[in-house]
Amino acid sequence: MSSSVVPSIRKDFIYKLISEGKRIDGRAFDEYRPIKIETGLIHKAEGSARVKIGNTQVLVGIKMDVGEPYPDSPDMGVLTTSAELIPLASPDFEAGPPGKEAIELARVVDRGIRESEIIHLDKLCIEPNEKVWIIFIDIHVLDQDGNLFDASLLASLAALYTSTVPAERFELGENFKLPLSKDPPISCTSIKLNNAIVIDPVLDEEEIADARLTVATDKNGDIRAMQKGLSGSFTIEEVKSIIKASIINGKKLREVLYKTIRGK
Amino acid sequence: MGMKKPEDVVLFKNNRRIDGRKLDELRPIKIEAGVLYRADGSAYVEWGGNKILAAVYGPREALPKHIQDPRKAIVNARYNMAAFSVEDRKRPGPDRRSIEISKVVSEALERVILTEQFPRATIDVNIEVLDADAGTRCAGLTAAGVALADAGIPMRDIPVACAAGKVEGKVILDLCKEEDNYGEADMPVAIAPLTDEILLLQMDGHLTYEEFEKALNLAIKGCHIVSEMQKKALLKKYEKVLEVE
Repeated sequence: MSSSVVPSIRKDFIYKLISEGKRIDGRAFDEYRPIKIETGLIHKAEGSARVKIGNTQVLVGIKMDVGEPYPDSPDMGVLTTSAELIPLASPDFEAGPPGKEAIELARVVDRGIRESEIIHLDKLCIEPNEKVWIIFIDIHVLDQDGNLFDASLLASLAALYTSTVPAERFELGENFKLPLSKDPPISCTSIKLNNAIVIDPVLDEEEIADARLTVATDKNGDIRAMQKGLSGSFTIEEVKSIIKASIINGKKLREVLYKTIRGK
Repeated sequence: MGMKKPEDVVLFKNNRRIDGRKLDELRPIKIEAGVLYRADGSAYVEWGGNKILAAVYGPREALPKHIQDPRKAIVNARYNMAAFSVEDRKRPGPDRRSIEISKVVSEALERVILTEQFPRATIDVNIEVLDADAGTRCAGLTAAGVALADAGIPMRDIPVACAAGKVEGKVILDLCKEEDNYGEADMPVAIAPLTDEILLLQMDGHLTYEEFEKALNLAIKGCHIVSEMQKKALLKKYEKVLEVE
């Protein structure tokens, strides 16, 4: 079931363009596709956001529930992230329990949010050892045209920043805004193909990539998380140049995110 | 259906419904064709508080091979609810309800698709409920009809669905959440609008024969209104394409 395997003629074409310093959609190697973020689309969710990066579309919904804390953190809220690569989004996605790809996607997003400690989980305790808020981040990929990592993290952040804790529904006082710190990590993904490095790959580029590197940076331009994928390798120089491009593009993505969530 | 109504919920006031509609009035509906890049055909439907996406892939080879039918294509609709589409988070993946809806919707669509043109193939129809607010299967089937047309799948007709039901003894069109919860009957109907043949019919609750006739007529009337919106959505997309060319 690999109907979207890039035919070799297409692969040759992409390689040829790359060697001439061009990409199939005319972008520069270090240029993102247009990004659009919308929030508050899903009425039933505590918060939601749809991110479009070019043709890629990801919808994230936040649901909250009351449950038991983990024994090792009895006074902290619980965060759970899942991703579904539903067959709506690509001819190659199949129905069924999440596969390796979906799990990696969910875990990379989870780590980006958890390790940066942007959610104040300590403020989501209702009764130590007994009752805490549980946050579910559900990533629903709607249209797969490459770079799901960046789109999913961005959508998760936009959804979190516009979430309201539904205390009234559980008869636990008034609703309140989800407590978050202001400096989220922003991830930028690059791939290596034919010994060139391009950022924000489209699906056709992703499928013939040798290696992939995702770099999450904060507003100071410091590195907060990285994930390398695929079987190819990077030289040290390549890694350095990817990090530099990620810092520059991270700033731009951050501005788009801030503009969307400002005042919400 | 069958939930006990809290006393402060008033379903009818001066012959108007809880959301201000007349008895035979649909909720606001918005249909868009061709909204996804990767899919062969797609549609987005907002129907009251429902937000639904449908995507069609195919006809393509049915795999594994043993599921192939040498005489015709398989129509495989998959109804799925997003975890965040309902009040209490739904566990991802199919449950008994969505498996049943997938089955009856597949069968309804199969009736209008010219499946004999594509032996050994499958036509996959994915219906994603992103925000649920009563009547998701009708909105989903309606979206699937537009997505199939958008994918260029040969069909006898564009299928369309709409529900009617009974609340406090009154037969009404297109139940909203409260009416669905506290009403006496809900009856989703899908038709092929050119011939009015019935593609899907379900009912739960309690109707007399007279009420059933009234509800069916109402549902079919609703289907015809929605059918016009489906055609408009398709025209809108392809008018745009023609202008570009």
